[in-house]
Amino acid sequence: MASFEGSILDFRRLDRLAAGETALHRLDARAKVLVTIVFILSVVSFDRYALAPLVPFFLYPAVVLARGSLPAGYFARKVALVLPFALAVGMLNPLFDREVAVRLGPFGIPGGWVSCASIVVRAVLTVSAALLLVGVTGFPEICRAMERLGVPQAFTVQLLFLYRYIFVLTEEGARSSRARELRSFGGKGLGIASYGSLVGHLLLRTWMRADRIHMAMLSRGFTGEFHARRPPRFGGKEALFLLGWSTLFVVLRLHNIPQLLGSLVTGGVR
Amino acid sequence: MSHHLVEVESLRHVYPDGTVALRDVSFRITHGESVAIIGANGAGKSTLLLHLNGYLAPTAGAVRVGDLSLTKKTLPEIRRRVGMVFQEPDDQLFMPTVYEDVAFGPVNLGLSDPEVEVRVKEALERVGVAHLRDRPPYRLSGGEKKRVAIATVLSMAPDILVMDEPTNGLDPFARRRLIELLADFRHTKIFTSHDLDMVLDLCERTIVLHDGEVRADGPTREIFRDVGLLAACRLEKPLSMQGCPVCGARPLQDV
Amino acid sequence: MHMADALLSPAVGGTLWAASAGTIAHCSAKVRKDLDDRKVPLMGVLGAFLFAAQMINFSIPGTGSSGHLGGGLLLAILLGPHAAFLAIASVLVVQALFFADGGLLALGCNIFNLGFLPTFVAYPFLYRKIAGKRTEPARPVIAAIVAAVAGLQMGAFAVVLETAASGISSLPFRAFVVLMQPIHLAIGIVEGFATAAVVSFVCKMRPEILQAAAEARPSAGHSLRNVLLSFLAAAALTGGVVSWFASGAPDGLEWSVAKVTGKEDLEGQEHGIHGVLSALQEKAAFLPGYTLKKPAEAKSEGTPQGDPGRDGKAKTEGGGRLGTSVSGLVGATITLALVLLAGFLLKRRSRAA
Repeated sequence: MASFEGSILDFRRLDRLAAGETALHRLDARAKVLVTIVFILSVVSFDRYALAPLVPFFLYPAVVLARGSLPAGYFARKVALVLPFALAVGMLNPLFDREVAVRLGPFGIPGGWVSCASIVVRAVLTVSAALLLVGVTGFPEICRAMERLGVPQAFTVQLLFLYRYIFVLTEEGARSSRARELRSFGGKGLGIASYGSLVGHLLLRTWMRADRIHMAMLSRGFTGEFHARRPPRFGGKEALFLLGWSTLFVVLRLHNIPQLLGSLVTGGVR
Repeated sequence: MSHHLVEVESLRHVYPDGTVALRDVSFRITHGESVAIIGANGAGKSTLLLHLNGYLAPTAGAVRVGDLSLTKKTLPEIRRRVGMVFQEPDDQLFMPTVYEDVAFGPVNLGLSDPEVEVRVKEALERVGVAHLRDRPPYRLSGGEKKRVAIATVLSMAPDILVMDEPTNGLDPFARRRLIELLADFRHTKIFTSHDLDMVLDLCERTIVLHDGEVRADGPTREIFRDVGLLAACRLEKPLSMQGCPVCGARPLQDV
Repeated sequence: MHMADALLSPAVGGTLWAASAGTIAHCSAKVRKDLDDRKVPLMGVLGAFLFAAQMINFSIPGTGSSGHLGGGLLLAILLGPHAAFLAIASVLVVQALFFADGGLLALGCNIFNLGFLPTFVAYPFLYRKIAGKRTEPARPVIAAIVAAVAGLQMGAFAVVLETAASGISSLPFRAFVVLMQPIHLAIGIVEGFATAAVVSFVCKMRPEILQAAAEARPSAGHSLRNVLLSFLAAAALTGGVVSWFASGAPDGLEWSVAKVTGKEDLEGQEHGIHGVLSALQEKAAFLPGYTLKKPAEAKSEGTPQGDPGRDGKAKTEGGGRLGTSVSGLVGATITLALVLLAGFLLKRRSRAA
């Protein structure tokens, strides 16, 4: 029960952060969505043993956290939640991939560990990118950006409605769930019979709520169409943001910067 | 001033499952009147309200708003004229931000963007929530939601304001502010409410519904003095008309 | 189970995204044409309902653990495949963005695995066939369990296929299958019971909801065929294009990138960045004489074990390219430090500003 309410509060917090006032927040959402897409594509396009080349990509989350005045600890915690799964699958790599891929002096590191680490780093990068996008843009703006980028309106409207009512429905669900728990003792009463009834009632109430919303929509002249609002400008700042970061990601993807830096420093043969 | 008229004639409504919600309801509300429809739960108040903007069609009888009878063709115009605010603000605020919710009506009316902006601004200011325009609805308090819900219909410039249980669920401060706000409106007002003190404050006329019928229709104060009628309809006098529970003083006679 | 970005290659992810995007477009068009504009708020709140319902648990007797509803099949039963697909896709989008369930690249896979398979395969071909048009309690229960199990088995297998095709995890195909399928059999049974519980409740209370839903889509077969065809076309096209690029190289994107930029990847360059740097190296090096074995050399010395097939190819070809030699690691550490410093400084600046 605690995790239920906790995850919703968490959700709300991320949403609240999106209402920030930094220059980054004010950028048109389309630029931010596109940059995130380029970022993720660049990261996942590395082959399985890439590790060092991935590191410079951390620059993007670092900059977004800083410029967006977002709490680093909060995001680090959210990303950390995802790690166990990535580790769980990645952990199996060393079992199956024992060929040595890297030699550190006398030590040989099996490829499996390298690819495992690569999986974890990738996971951290891509998950951060998604969370940070929400943190500096906000879900409704992301939906509008998607619509302007060509996503069908029926789907973006669905996303907006869903988002709007998640808070309402989860609160309702939490109340019912709590009531049930308070009247269950030692596991009795938490079985599938009460579940079917509880969720069933929630479903029926939701169905009736949809009716009422529909009524409210009709009362204000709804005829089936949602009219698009005038889109905000995609200006010079946005273009700079988009081109700048995208170029960087492509460069980082094609050149192994850490390798270069390292060989500078060690002076040895690569 | 016929377009500010609401006329209901021998209205009868039977639900698909056979429940007779309204038996034979007739009344006439004229321009600028402030009318309360009161009654026990299940008396048919909400059902009646839903006829006023054409959401429900009568089984028998007629509804007229201004010079328009309720037909499919006249529906859009009637819905513009009759601004309806429902009990649950969450059902009424379905857009991502307050601005968009208040703009929903005017946009559907086909107004241009600058016109919509003007309407929204005015409506928000009228109810005192201009500072909330970019807020998502789930971050509003109960009182704020109610006021935004009112703004969503005000922006359509209705002639008649219909509200289902306006003070329901509000804390005393929010309730007081809402009553003050509503007292200020020059529209024709129709409320349903259990809050009989608010009715006393705001509505000079009251219609009492019981079992789908009109039991009384007259000046509010007269009706609230009729103890027998109130009891028969599962109602009571407003608290402000009852004795003081602390000092036991009797209420003033000419209230 | 959700697919994750970390296990996905762009080729596979892209293909599945194309398929999912195509299906979203198709369903959006279909839902728009549907004259019942009541569907708009209904889809939205049912999606939110799904969200809320997924957080409510019931205890599974005898195991001490609890289960919950996934909901894809339930939504298909209540809304029909097209609207249900959009609703499920929207829930997955929110989960990917807010809860990092899987990630944005894997979203395409998840929409397919958890959206398309239950609503366009399990629902029409299994649930409807078994449950028929009647609304007596017993039939829908059996239908729900069978359809849920099948849907989840297909979904789990899809994850295995997607992972295997991506080549990022070293987990062998067979091992993964053995891991995934039985677990999802159990999950499928749980899902089936949960769905059945809710369906039978609705059956008892408001059978007209199910009645309307069951009767509303006689043309499901026809549009379903279109959906399947367009999906197959999209997948074939994308897969074909991508594999054309990818032929010969373990990482297709690199191959095509090399073609485009005219540069070979990192190793063996005399000019460009590397040339400048090697000149600098002599001046800046502070660990001279620390020789390192090239990973490629090391391989020829060591005794290769295990699966030589795809793994071996990747390593020998990409030995130096992998970039995880010592200087790579050293450089990585330096880079990380620089990145942290940059972030720190920027934060200082924006706070002061």
